[in-house]
Amino acid sequence: MHQAIVTGAEPIAARRLGRVHVKAVTLAHGGGGKAMKDLIDDVFVSAFDNAALAPLEDQARLDLAALARRGDRLAFTTDSFVVDPLFFPGGDIGKLAVCGTINDLAVGGAIPLYLSCAAILEEGVPLELLRRVARSMAETAREAGVEIVTGDTKVVQRGACDKLFLTTTGIGVIPRGIHLSIADARPGDVVLVNGVLGDHGAAILAARGDLLLDSLIESDCAALHGLVRNLLAAAPGTRTLRDATRGGIATVLNEIADAAGVDIEIDDEATPLRREVRGFCEILGLDPLYLANEGKIVAVVPQTEARAALEALRAHPLGRDAVVIGEVRAGHGRVTMRTFTGGTRIVDMLVGEQLPRIC
Amino acid sequence: MKYVDEYRDREKAQTLTRAIASLVASIPLAIDRPLKVMEVCGGHTHSIFRYGIEGILPKEIELVHGPGCPVCVLPRGRIDDCIAIASRPNVILTTFGDAIRVPGSTKSLLGAKADGADVRMVYSPSDALGLARRFPDREVVFFGIGFETTMPSTALTILAAEADGIRNFSVFCNHITIVPTIKAILDSPDLQLDGFLGPGHVAMVVGTAPFAFVADHYKRPMVVAGFEPLDVLQSLWMVLSQIKEGRADIENQYARIAPDGGNGPALRAVAAVYELREFFEWRGLGSIDHSGVRLRDAYARFDAERKFAIPNVTIADPLSCQCGEVLKGVIKPWQCKVFGAGCTPEVPLGALMVSSEGACAAYYQYGGLNRTKRQASA
Repeated sequence: MHQAIVTGAEPIAARRLGRVHVKAVTLAHGGGGKAMKDLIDDVFVSAFDNAALAPLEDQARLDLAALARRGDRLAFTTDSFVVDPLFFPGGDIGKLAVCGTINDLAVGGAIPLYLSCAAILEEGVPLELLRRVARSMAETAREAGVEIVTGDTKVVQRGACDKLFLTTTGIGVIPRGIHLSIADARPGDVVLVNGVLGDHGAAILAARGDLLLDSLIESDCAALHGLVRNLLAAAPGTRTLRDATRGGIATVLNEIADAAGVDIEIDDEATPLRREVRGFCEILGLDPLYLANEGKIVAVVPQTEARAALEALRAHPLGRDAVVIGEVRAGHGRVTMRTFTGGTRIVDMLVGEQLPRIC
Repeated sequence: MKYVDEYRDREKAQTLTRAIASLVASIPLAIDRPLKVMEVCGGHTHSIFRYGIEGILPKEIELVHGPGCPVCVLPRGRIDDCIAIASRPNVILTTFGDAIRVPGSTKSLLGAKADGADVRMVYSPSDALGLARRFPDREVVFFGIGFETTMPSTALTILAAEADGIRNFSVFCNHITIVPTIKAILDSPDLQLDGFLGPGHVAMVVGTAPFAFVADHYKRPMVVAGFEPLDVLQSLWMVLSQIKEGRADIENQYARIAPDGGNGPALRAVAAVYELREFFEWRGLGSIDHSGVRLRDAYARFDAERKFAIPNVTIADPLSCQCGEVLKGVIKPWQCKVFGAGCTPEVPLGALMVSSEGACAAYYQYGGLNRTKRQASA
C-alpha cells in the first residue's frame, strides 16, 4: 500500500515527488526502498493526483457520513486485467482497468466513487509505458468522476508475468430504492443491449497481429455508469443489468436465464453487429455472441417500461444503437436464438475458448 | 454484406422450406420411413445447427451427420504421436485451433501445452513456415490435418520451404481423403442412406468427377453443396428432386466456388508432394485403405514422421464410445451410451464431442431443442 486519502489534506502537486531516471523497471523498484518510492511517486502518485490524495498512509480513509448521504448500501468489487496487447485500438490496459471496475459497480445500480490500483510489473518494462498507462487510468477516472485513492506495486523477475498486470477494486454507493438482481428476470420482460456487439473481442484479436488481418475495429471500452443512471431514471422497474464482458452476451444471457429460472429467446436479425465485426467473424469462424465487450450492457426491463428504457439508452452517446434483442419466457434456464430461416437453436455457455474452424 | 447476405434471405429460406415440404409429400418412399440424407462435411453440420435448419424440415427428412470433420476422425494414437513431437525440447508445434482440444489417450495438445510443450495456434501452414524463418534455431512442426481442402496449402508450404532451403520446418502429415471413406460408408451393411450433400470445399479442389461412383455404382444422388444456410436448403431440395424422379446424378450446387474440373494448380501441388498411404486409421470408422496421404520420398526431410522418432502406436477407441455408429448414421448422437454423461464438450471422450463441427458437440450445444421436439412428435 502506498497511497491514502484523508479529506482536506495538502494536494500532492505541492509535495516534492521522487523521480525515476532509468528507462526500465528493475527488481530494485520492488525492493521497498527509495527506488520503489520514486517509482510510485513518479508514475502513479503524480498521475492520480487528486485533492483527496495526500499523506502516504497504508490505507484510504473514506468519510462514512458523506457516503451515507448518497445511498443506503455500499457496492464493492474487484477485477484483474491481463490484456495482451497492452495498447489496442480504442483503449489500453489502464482505461480497461478503470472502466471495467466502474462498470461492475454500475450494473449493480451503484454510483462509482473510489478505486484502488494494484500493479504487478515485469522486470524490464519501460518506464514510459507505465507512465502512459497511469496517465490513461488517471484521465479515464477523471472523466468518470471517480478517484484512485490507494494502490500497490510489485515487481517480479522477467518471465514471471507478462509486462504489466493490473488489479482495480472499486467502491460505490447504491441509492435507496434501487434493487437490481440477476435472478429477477420474469416472463414477458424484454432484453435490451446498448449497441453493437463484439467490438472489444474482435479489436483485441486483430491487434494481436498473428491473424495477419488489418482491421479498423476499435474496442468499445467505456465507463457505463452515466448510461445506467439515465436508464434507471427512465425505467425504474429495470430488473437486471449485466455488462457483457468475457464470454459475450451469450454467457450473460445464460447466467440470467439460469439464475432467474426463465428462458430467453433472442432474434438473430435484431442482434446489432458492426459490419467489420461481422466480416471478421465470418472469416475466422467465430460467433459474435461469444466475443467480449467492454462497453455493453444487457438490460432486462418489464414490457411496460421497454419503450422508456430504449429511449433513455438511445439518448446517451454510449447507447445510440440500443435495441431490443429478445424477450424472457417461462422456462428452465435455456437461451435460444431464432434465426432467419425460421429455425431455432440453443445458445449455450461456451466451453473453453472459442476456437476457429478450419473448414 | 456481399457474398453473405444473399445466402441468408428470410423469404428465400421460407420459399425453399415450403418447396422441400411439398416435394417430400410427393415422394412415396417417405411414407414408410424417413428419408436419410447425409451431409458429408462438418461445415454443413455446423451450418445446419447454427441456423436451426433441422427444426424447419419436415419430419420425413432425417439428416445424418457424416465423417467430414477432419478433427473428429483423428484417432487417439495420432494425437499421442503429435504430443510426443510437441514435447521434444526444441520443437514449436503449430496447429489449427480445432485440433488443440482433441483428446489423445491421456491428454490433448492443450494439456501438453500446460505441461510445458510449445504449442501454438496458426491459421495457415504458411504462418508455421513464418515461425520457422523467425526462429531458425528451433524445429517448427506443422500438424497437417484436413481433407483435400487443406492438403494443397500444406503442399505449397512444403514447396516454398524447399525453394527457400529452410531446414527447420516439417509437417506431421495427417491429411486424409474423403472418397475412400464415402465408399466405406456406402459399403457398410448397417447403413441406409438415400442421398448425399457432397463436400463443397473438397470439390473446390478435386472437382466433382471423383464422386461419380456414388451415382454410377451405388445409385445414390449427391449434390455438391455450399455452406450458407440457403445453399444447404437448396441442395437438399435438389437431392429430394432426384429421389422423386428416380435419378442418381452428381449435381453441383456450389459451382460458384467449386468448378466441376477442380483447381488445377492445387491438384498439381498435391500430386507433387503426397502419395497415398496403404491405409489410415479413422476414429470411429477403423482402418480404411488408401484413405490417407504421406509425403513422397523427395520431401522426406520435411516429414516429421521420418525426422523424429515417434511412438506410432495404435490406440483403440474407448469401448463405450459409439462415434462410429454416429458417423455412419446408424444412431443419433443422443442415442450413444455416453452422450452427455461420460462424454461432454468439457471432457470429451469421443472426437465428435470436440470440434464445433462434430455432430455430438453440435447436438450438445445447439441441438437439444430439435431433439426434444422430435421426441415429442414421435
